[in-house]
Amino acid sequence: MTPALSIDHLFVRYGRTDVVKDVSFSAKPGESYALVGESGSGKSTILRSVVGMVRDWRGKIEVDGMPRQGRIDLAFARHCQMIFQDPYASLHPRRTVDATLLEPLKVHGIRDRAERVVQMMQDVGLDPRFRFRFPHQLSGGQRQRVAIARALMLEPRLLLLDEPTSALDVSVQAEILNLLVRIREERNLTYVLVTHSLPVVSFLCDRLGVLRHGRLVEEAGVSALRTGTFAEPYSQELYDASLGAGDRDLAALQEATRGMGM
Amino acid sequence: MTPLKLWLTADAPTSRWQAQAAQAYAIWRSFARNPLAVLGALIVGTLIVVAIFAPVLAPYTPVGQNLSMRLMPPSAEHWLGTDELGRDILSRILYGARITLLIVVMVAVISAPIGLIIGAVAGYFGGWTDRVLMAITDVFLSLPKLIMALAFVAALGAGLQNAIIAIAITAWPAYARIARAETLTFRNSEFIAAVQLQGASHLRVIGVHVLPLCMSSTIIRVTLDMAGIILTAAGLGFLGLGAQPPLPEWGAMISRGRSFILDQWWVATMPGFAIIIVSLGFCFLGDGLRDVLDPRQRDGR
Repeated sequence: MTPALSIDHLFVRYGRTDVVKDVSFSAKPGESYALVGESGSGKSTILRSVVGMVRDWRGKIEVDGMPRQGRIDLAFARHCQMIFQDPYASLHPRRTVDATLLEPLKVHGIRDRAERVVQMMQDVGLDPRFRFRFPHQLSGGQRQRVAIARALMLEPRLLLLDEPTSALDVSVQAEILNLLVRIREERNLTYVLVTHSLPVVSFLCDRLGVLRHGRLVEEAGVSALRTGTFAEPYSQELYDASLGAGDRDLAALQEATRGMGM
Repeated sequence: MTPLKLWLTADAPTSRWQAQAAQAYAIWRSFARNPLAVLGALIVGTLIVVAIFAPVLAPYTPVGQNLSMRLMPPSAEHWLGTDELGRDILSRILYGARITLLIVVMVAVISAPIGLIIGAVAGYFGGWTDRVLMAITDVFLSLPKLIMALAFVAALGAGLQNAIIAIAITAWPAYARIARAETLTFRNSEFIAAVQLQGASHLRVIGVHVLPLCMSSTIIRVTLDMAGIILTAAGLGFLGLGAQPPLPEWGAMISRGRSFILDQWWVATMPGFAIIIVSLGFCFLGDGLRDVLDPRQRDGR
């Protein structure tokens, strides 16, 4: 089976330094893969290289068996979409929700636009009343739902998520995480998630890769998170730190997600 | 609250059109709070009305000569007096509004789109495109406006049309600079990346997503520049390089009145007032628009 995303010996360079060094991993179709690490470990940079926002990279990136090179074409756009960290920066400030969601349909010449927009808004839990609002009239969680809806408009197979919940407060995080779990089940999507929050990984992912200073130091199943057994000392350190600082977050998150009836 | 107001301030607009109208209404509300801006809008509105209805409003024809009535001071018959050929100055000023409005509108229509597109393209693509386009812009920007307009009119020949072209050529670089600066602020933002990721072409990204965000600062700048454009046109007219006689262009009227400025002051002063009032009107309007449209001040709302 061709992997949905396969990255082979990837190096990414900012200026004169390599911020990603010799990273290789792949995500099978239907799998949810997490890249975790501290800030500056190069995890977002990997996603940005995949979608062409970062151009100075070497190595091999294959999306659905097709090597990535140059511009984004329509076929790539239909296969792979991305959700960004900050829902305040990822929506065009002068376009209504309707215009934002119509845009991919117009670019791809897809018909029945109005019906699709309304349907998608319902699918991501946005009240259709918000259809003609501008982003500044929406809350952070609603904006992130719009961003998710926009990414889903083209019915992609692979979704890249760049810290999709870290800009939101905890109760909203839980709602968005539940939504992400639900749409992955409904649409059989492949997720590649970047985050620094291990609770999010354990909630959303099957497998994780630990990045440190641009290198992939360990890959593990999500069960390692439950038992707390990592082979690499750095991963263990990260896990322990997360237990110390993130314990309450995890508890709060689990509390909140349970409350949502998941 | 009236139904219209309720419709305009609706929490959940039901159509694209209503959302746009509500947006415009919010802008209008904050605009109306600024008295100077409203005064500017009134002056500019008056200019437009006068230009359209000049034949109805003017008591005499702007070119009709009456040598027995030459250089008459302001009176009940000729409110602003007559010039050296016995033409009614009020009528000439009213008709002159047409020429002023024509110059201002044509210059804006020609130079603003050129500046916007060049600036947005330079800012969006960056690299060599940016360097080449901005080098050209800087060359034009480094020359004084009036001098360059003079040079172009001298090369193209005197006349209203050439004056408009000359002023437009000197006006666009400022807009290109603004559009580029504006584009650079969101060039690498995620909402632009998201559209690119949907497979939109460069043309579509620039036209549909980048240009609308550059519009408001360009509109502000164009409005503020209007005063300068009117003065440049008047300057060209004064030097005899703009509108040719007997067209009632305000700058040319001042130029003709110069010879009588000590004894018959009204001949040069009245068109001068017209120029000052209209220039001020555009300045007030531009300032008001800046307060309302400037994205840096709007973000919080």
